[in-house]
Amino acid sequence: MNKPSRVPFYSIIVGLIVLGLGTAWLRHTNMEIPFLAGEQRPVWMIEARVDFFASGDAVVANLALPDNPPGFRMFTEQAASPGYGWSVIESNEGRRGEWTKRSASGPQTLYYKAQFVGGLDYEPTLEPQTPQAKPVIWDGPQATAAGQMLAVALSTSSTPQSMTRELIKLLKDPSPDQNASLMLAAEPNMATLLEKLLNQAGIPARSAMGLYLEDARRHQSLTQMVEVYDGEEWVLFNPATGQQGVPENLLIWHRGNQSLLDVVGGRNSRIGFSMIYQTVPALELARAQTNDNIFSIIGVHRLPIEEQSMFKLLFLLPLGALVVVFMRVIVGLKTSGTFMPILIALAFLQTSLGLGLFSFISVVSFGLVLRTYLSRLNLLLIARIATLVVLVIFIISVLSLVGYQMGLNTGMTITFFPMIIIAWTIERMSILWEEEGPKEVLVQGGGSLLVAVLAYLMMQLPLIGHLTFNFPELNLVFLAFIMLMGQYTGYKFSELRRFRAMVENETVEDKAGGTK
Amino acid sequence: MKWVSPWRLRRMGILGMNCRNRDFIGSYNSRHLFPLVDNKLKTKLLAEEYEVATPRLFFVVEQQHEIAHIEKKLEGLEGFAVKPAKGSGGKGILVIIGRRGDKFIKSSGAEITIEDIRRHMSNTLAGLYSLGGKPDMVIVEDLIQFDDSFEGYSYEGVPDIRIIVFKGYPVMAMLRLATHASDGKANLHQGAVGVGLDIATGRALKAVQFSKPVTHHPDTKRPLNEIQIANWRDMLLLASRCYEMTGLGYIGTDIVLDKVRGAQLLELNARPGLSIQVANGRGLLPRLRHIESLKPRAHRTPEQRVDYVMRTFTKDGL
Repeated sequence: MNKPSRVPFYSIIVGLIVLGLGTAWLRHTNMEIPFLAGEQRPVWMIEARVDFFASGDAVVANLALPDNPPGFRMFTEQAASPGYGWSVIESNEGRRGEWTKRSASGPQTLYYKAQFVGGLDYEPTLEPQTPQAKPVIWDGPQATAAGQMLAVALSTSSTPQSMTRELIKLLKDPSPDQNASLMLAAEPNMATLLEKLLNQAGIPARSAMGLYLEDARRHQSLTQMVEVYDGEEWVLFNPATGQQGVPENLLIWHRGNQSLLDVVGGRNSRIGFSMIYQTVPALELARAQTNDNIFSIIGVHRLPIEEQSMFKLLFLLPLGALVVVFMRVIVGLKTSGTFMPILIALAFLQTSLGLGLFSFISVVSFGLVLRTYLSRLNLLLIARIATLVVLVIFIISVLSLVGYQMGLNTGMTITFFPMIIIAWTIERMSILWEEEGPKEVLVQGGGSLLVAVLAYLMMQLPLIGHLTFNFPELNLVFLAFIMLMGQYTGYKFSELRRFRAMVENETVEDKAGGTK
Repeated sequence: MKWVSPWRLRRMGILGMNCRNRDFIGSYNSRHLFPLVDNKLKTKLLAEEYEVATPRLFFVVEQQHEIAHIEKKLEGLEGFAVKPAKGSGGKGILVIIGRRGDKFIKSSGAEITIEDIRRHMSNTLAGLYSLGGKPDMVIVEDLIQFDDSFEGYSYEGVPDIRIIVFKGYPVMAMLRLATHASDGKANLHQGAVGVGLDIATGRALKAVQFSKPVTHHPDTKRPLNEIQIANWRDMLLLASRCYEMTGLGYIGTDIVLDKVRGAQLLELNARPGLSIQVANGRGLLPRLRHIESLKPRAHRTPEQRVDYVMRTFTKDGL
């Protein structure tokens, strides 16, 4: 007989392992699901506090909110302001939060809190249309000065970025030339001035408000910056320092020329920022990501909690099956019922090990005692099993009641045992007892319990529970191992003992032959 | 507690359970043929069709109501064996060797009533002795009058010969002798004595009980090394023909030697055990691999195959 090629089989095995591990890795990197349970991630908690004095009329406070700041991802946001309605309005101009109240008077304080995950890769925001430079109008003398400044900067630069750098250099000169002084006198805000000059030069530019993050700071304000469009993306410049690009600790809060805060129905409005660096469980962070990532589809987090907890148990089964296959194929342990040990192990997960073992053994022993009486009644097989099922239910109820009376609430969890399986176990053990004697019952029963305890010890590890639940695809790896063991044709561990006699007999004969 | 290294076992050519299940049972035994051997009734009918000698079938009980007037059917039968069609491991076999008045005498000498026989049959029909507890049938067949040459070699049971047949070639054989410890059963793990038989001659090679070497039957004290199976070639032929009969590549054939009718096929086993290796003191693998390496249809008839193995699988050879 031709042996079928092993190549397809091993390709499937490798494919399953790669698929399982690869998907897990992709989900880990894309959705930031941590590999370890209880892993913590740092986040920035930023609080914007708006204060104003309400004049007694209807109040609308409108605050610009961060919209996908480069290098950061928003994790949660909330507004805490008693008595105010709150809504987030998204428009082309960006996100804005709006507090509203029919009437308010006296000092008012509004809070907006948001948590940000930092340290992400900077992703350029693509513009649907190429932005155009805005028209700029100067007064007579300033128009001339601006023209001359731009001419100087233009001659020493080649790109929008270098142009911006040259202009900053001219404006920041400790002894500014006449033109620069004139312009600064007319427009003391360097950021605004720079933006105007660049737009005049035909380079699209806009202002941006950034927040420098530093742990445990309060009453911080935003820093005004300029973003320059270089034909492909917006490049940030800090006009005060001339620094180009977004520093890691800068969160761009707001962009464009709209105001940061508008308050209607109040006066003396002020805004201050405080921030704190804190840690949150990484898993929670991953769960909050509700984006329609294709990887999140495989996760079970989208299901209702009730189904999730069911899946939590279901996803543990492949590992239990792996343990059973290993113990039976490689070690060669005898168990009663092929996969009964997994079901017992699942029951142990609910009851805790010691109590589970105790109740399982007591239920089965009670059952065996009753079964010996049943065998004298000479019932038909099906009726006998059904009788056992009913008896097992009674035994379990009695044990639960006794446990409850003794003040052991845990006694109730005994009901997690699969009763039909227990009834069959009792039946099989009883027949085994009659046919092969009590020793075989102990061997097979002990084998089943040993496998169940091993499976339980594996399944109850927090890491295993975390991995199988959050990375269900890892079960493909278990599947690959199970299939691989299905190909194992070597000796079982138990056979090393079983055939020991042959080796011994052989050596005895050798000796006998030698003495002849 | 001592262990043997797996390399040592491999050198001795011992067939392990995983290897047997995957490389031999899984590869050479088609699933759809299993019912032919798992159901003794089917095996029997098939054997009659292929003119393989087997104990005569008296009748079959399929329905519970037939048991009510079973005594009519048993009329005139002096000795008979009651067997479940789908039993395994010798479970549920009731052997009646004679009658005393209304009572029936079991092979152990104990007397039972017709009611006991009815209960036994009813249990069998309900599936007490079948794999997985499935509903079963009762077979009532002729009693084996075992050959005088086995006198004193078996205690309370029929000595039977297990021959492993691979692709129609008998590869290894042993004689199983019931003992007091095995309670009249011929299963090695229950304490029966296993006597390894030389494929070439049918002579005893060595004997074990509970995996330990023995030289004499523990109950009757007869020396085991004197055993020589009569008509050995016929026995191998009978075993070899089971390949054509069932189409199963790897089977264990259980054969008994009847005083009058000669070698009889008792039952077939699609998952024969591995302890035959212990009784023979040698591994199955070299012989199995040798048969695998033969050209397809190198020997077309059972006679050719038997002649080939009697030449090849000698005591000192392969």
